[in-house]
Amino acid sequence: MTEQKKILSVEHVTMQFGGVVAVNDLSMEVREGEIVAIIGPNGAGKTTAFNVITGVYAPTNGRVYFDGDCVVENHPHGKMKKSYLGEYADLYKQVKEPTPDQLTKLGMARTFQNIRLWKSMTVFDNILVAKHLKRSSNLFSAAFRFNRAEEENNRREVLELLKIVGLEELKDELATSLPYGKQRRLEIARALATHPKLLLLDEPAAGMNPQETQELTQFIGQIRKDFDVSIVLIEHHMDLVMDISDRIYVLDFGRLIAQGVPEEIRANEKVIDAYLGVVDDAEN
Amino acid sequence: MIQTRSKKNAWLAFLAVLAFLTLIFVLDQVIKPTDRLGMLLIVLQKGAVYALAAVSMNLLNGYTGLFSLGHAGFMLLGAYTYAIFTIPDKSRDAVYQYYDAAVRFSIPEQLSRHMGGFGTALGILIALILAGAVAALLAWLIGLPVLRLKSDYLAIATLGFAEIIRALFQWSKLGPITNGSNLLKNFARASKFKLEIAGAKLSLSTFVPVLIATVSIALIVLIVNSTYGRAFKAIRDDEIAAEAMGINLAKHKMIAFVTSSFFAGVAGATLAMVLSIAQANNFKSAMTYEILLMVVLGGIGSITGSVIGSFLFVAASEWWLRGLDSGKFLGIEAPNIFRNGFRLVVFSVIIMIVVLFFRQGIMGEKELPDLFRKKKKTPVKEAES
Repeated sequence: MTEQKKILSVEHVTMQFGGVVAVNDLSMEVREGEIVAIIGPNGAGKTTAFNVITGVYAPTNGRVYFDGDCVVENHPHGKMKKSYLGEYADLYKQVKEPTPDQLTKLGMARTFQNIRLWKSMTVFDNILVAKHLKRSSNLFSAAFRFNRAEEENNRREVLELLKIVGLEELKDELATSLPYGKQRRLEIARALATHPKLLLLDEPAAGMNPQETQELTQFIGQIRKDFDVSIVLIEHHMDLVMDISDRIYVLDFGRLIAQGVPEEIRANEKVIDAYLGVVDDAEN
Repeated sequence: MIQTRSKKNAWLAFLAVLAFLTLIFVLDQVIKPTDRLGMLLIVLQKGAVYALAAVSMNLLNGYTGLFSLGHAGFMLLGAYTYAIFTIPDKSRDAVYQYYDAAVRFSIPEQLSRHMGGFGTALGILIALILAGAVAALLAWLIGLPVLRLKSDYLAIATLGFAEIIRALFQWSKLGPITNGSNLLKNFARASKFKLEIAGAKLSLSTFVPVLIATVSIALIVLIVNSTYGRAFKAIRDDEIAAEAMGINLAKHKMIAFVTSSFFAGVAGATLAMVLSIAQANNFKSAMTYEILLMVVLGGIGSITGSVIGSFLFVAASEWWLRGLDSGKFLGIEAPNIFRNGFRLVVFSVIIMIVVLFFRQGIMGEKELPDLFRKKKKTPVKEAES
């Protein structure tokens, strides 16, 4: 692979809750246009890593670069200074703890392991709300409809997006009345509405049957092309992961145990021991 | 096509509101307060005030999902601000009989000196906005620490704030401003509002409170239907998802809290205007619960629900069930049962029945126009092939 610009770079990130180290010295990077998968057994710290990258948790130690800028940085301080169990405690000096909405404004968008759509809203409104962060109006200009042009533009964009993801006919339905697979699709569409540079998908195929998974695989590939985004995904469906990932990171007990292209991972002894098991069982 | 339809609906709503206001204006002229139907005017006045209070509470509790119980406190701030700045100079010393009044400035009076009757109206409008602004400012100050709290804790903190405000306003050391535990009176009040056209005096005592409430509720509706209103709903439905989609939680919660309090302040000012008095003792937490009850009865998350709930509540407690307290109800005379306090017993039972049969409140999350709209069903297509 040619040397491309890094969109995301995670350096020595450790996340410790009390005495439990959920993520231990994780370093990873995502280049522009790549699809990168994070895999590993349950409790390996995959979702925690996501939460650190997207600003839900401030890491105990480490740094995250996004699109060339340092966006998250922390080092063990205060109470944590004594009880810190990880390494590189003196590497970083700054404290940068943005809230998730700030990172979303910079161009990161995510979906959730357990679908988090806005229940009382229609499919259309769910996506329209994601346009709120790019608003130029304040409360007064919005209340008195001075932002009419912007609103109309947003509505048009939402309709286009719905067309692309194939949910156009369902736009006036309540988001929660959709079948499961379409709710997942809607959640991805909602994330795309924020115009992200990096899309983080937390188990997008969870609970899907093989055929739905197949469709999702195509869908994710199509998104990368159409929306020009880099994608990080956590997934347990190995077919999907091996099919679309450019590179794979494997976590076990919070530690990175392997990284590489799918073929390397498939053949890696450590990964087989910790996660994949004997090749015949890999389907599950 | 979507645009034309929503435009048509907006015009229809506007015309309906205009017709309603005209009706109120006519009723104001036709019915005299001493008539048998005079009670209707009082119900309309108080109902309008409580409707505004309920809708502003709904903006926070129903739309943003922040369970706050400080409403009476913000209404108190509004009522006092309005009263203090509209007491005419000549009656100020009579009102503050035990204290030396600190604020000696009546906005309507000052303006009427230069602009006559129009100045009085403008002054009252300014006093109303000032009332809202004071409540909003306090809401901002309180919101800084309190809005970090969630659900019940937020409710307790705001409830505590409202009680503190009430106690503070009755404190004798603040007497020069608040008149201590004595009531404020003689300020610009609804019963004195008149319009003089060609020698004919037209009463505005019901029209003005209803107009204030209508305009304020219209503003809240505009906010709720704007991009900010959608963001509020997103926060209510799922805070974590809202934040992940770029909605700044602290900022939007603050906007909702301050806006809600602003309109609570205006509602408090209008209540003072209607009752002709302002006294801290009236703004007990029971008032917050009454407003909460109207919101719940009407349907949390429905503005027309809150309005309907308020008018029904006020009409029932002030008018329809009055007989239960005074010996004669629906033609039945039973002075031994229908005594003071029996009204509240019946009222409680009615509320329990309503809550049992309308779990979501009268309107649920629907608005009035939704009921006229034909519900078209498009079956959700399962993923096929």
